[in-house]
Amino acid sequence: MAIQAAVVGVGQSERFRTRIKASIAGLVREAALNALEDAGCSWDDIDAVILGKAPDFFEGHLMPELYLAEALGCIGKPMLRVHTAGSVGGSTACVAASYVQSGQFERILTVTYEKQSESNAMWALSSKQPFNPHLNAGAGGFFAPIIREYMRRTKAPEDVGCKVAYKDRMHALKNPHAHVQEEPNLEEYLASPMLWEPLRFSEVCPSSDGACAMVISNEDLAKKSPNPPAWIAGTSMRSEPTMYPWREEVNPRAGNDCAKDVYKQAGITNPLKEIDMAEVYVPFSWYEPMWAENLFFAEEGEGWKLVLEGTTSRDEGGSCPWNVSGGVMSSNPIGASGMIRFAEAALQVRGMAEDRQVDGCKTALGHAFGGGAQFFATWIVKSDKP
Amino acid sequence: MSEENAAKEPVEGFESPVNLKYSFAAGRATAKFLREIKQGRIVGQRSSITGKVIVPPRGSDPETGTATVEEVVLPDVGTVISFTICHLPIPNNPIMPPFIIANIVLDESDQTFIHLVSECNNEDIQIGTRLKAKWKDSSEWGLSMENIQYFVPLDEAPIDIEELKQKRLKETEKYRNA
Repeated sequence: MAIQAAVVGVGQSERFRTRIKASIAGLVREAALNALEDAGCSWDDIDAVILGKAPDFFEGHLMPELYLAEALGCIGKPMLRVHTAGSVGGSTACVAASYVQSGQFERILTVTYEKQSESNAMWALSSKQPFNPHLNAGAGGFFAPIIREYMRRTKAPEDVGCKVAYKDRMHALKNPHAHVQEEPNLEEYLASPMLWEPLRFSEVCPSSDGACAMVISNEDLAKKSPNPPAWIAGTSMRSEPTMYPWREEVNPRAGNDCAKDVYKQAGITNPLKEIDMAEVYVPFSWYEPMWAENLFFAEEGEGWKLVLEGTTSRDEGGSCPWNVSGGVMSSNPIGASGMIRFAEAALQVRGMAEDRQVDGCKTALGHAFGGGAQFFATWIVKSDKP
Repeated sequence: MSEENAAKEPVEGFESPVNLKYSFAAGRATAKFLREIKQGRIVGQRSSITGKVIVPPRGSDPETGTATVEEVVLPDVGTVISFTICHLPIPNNPIMPPFIIANIVLDESDQTFIHLVSECNNEDIQIGTRLKAKWKDSSEWGLSMENIQYFVPLDEAPIDIEELKQKRLKETEKYRNA
């Protein structure tokens, strides 16, 4: 059996927002220092650093891991960069965990970031290629048709998306790190302008700067750490091509396979009942019901019912709240967004989520996706050692 | 803010766009596709394993990873698999929002690509709407998918895309492992 690994430190930017004044080096160092403090250790205690961020051409820094080595205290130490587009924050956490589970390292610092204010994601995601017309529609333009097909298949009521956005931004009011901290108004959300029909402005994530870091250690070190550990009960990654003939885009197979694998590792047979809360990558509100089906929290075609029944809402006393942190809908430093999901899940099972703590949370899911909904990463963390 | 005060504001950042000029190496399959579209023809490739037709072809079948060689000349008529009505302008493009970007599958092919839909009321487009390409004047044709200016709806009833998929899968069976 593999060595047990646990999250013993979590650090995030004080608050995700646009135009953070710190340099990128300052941004990652802040998150790393916060994680080290939580873990009660110093730079010298770290064996290796695993870094992740979205593609280099977002900010235009080629191989930023080299420039950031000094800020992350890893001169002379092993360092690895992970690349899986928007899912990278999740994949980076999975890779970091695997290096501890394999016995290669005893204690790892893992860090992810994005500085969207120094980048242009719309442009970066719409590079000009002669075999496609150049439409510069960005991620919203790519995902809106998939959401339209979901609505056609399921006949979900049109207000489901706005209800998810409202719920996530209500959650965000209790998270001091969240970018969007404005009391939401459902009527205004329903009347907000269309950007990429059927997607409204209110149903789209913000554009944020920020970083997230975790310290992951083996069992011996976890038992000695000052704060409770989050035991990693399973990690999984899956991917598929962006396009292939008759690709199932609404409910992608790679996401299904990733969920099945992580549940099997963690001994979960009924995710809705056995998982106390989930942090799921929802950059456009309609992805909550879509991923509820893809991750087997609901039958195919019925994910939207969980939203309307309030099952995923902490404020409505739902049995399985999703994105209690406010989720990607409230903060989106792209490269870090996946790791924030994984880290928030860890904080919940450690009982350290402060005002956003879900009472009695013992088992939590962290999830990320990226590219054309083709890269998936998940982990299950528990308060009790598996 | 007055001009006088603006002058006293500290400069914390400025925009500095980067222009990167590069040569695009299309590869054998895409280069052939682009040479054909320069002549006003849309030529896809069939996977010898699955029998499905991919356009624009990239030289391999993403489902099986095998090289694709058989060429298939395709009609410039297809079906809307899904679409979005975009309310943001495209930089350096005269088309004014709101405009339609559709995922289109051409008849006799199996993989969608995106293109504009125009010369219609946006409300009239739905999943399953039939379309035909509107080409630019042939004097303007180059090595580009933009030789097709946009697609326009055909005067036909929308079709059921689930049925279209099943029909195509049955059709492609004939070509498997040929």
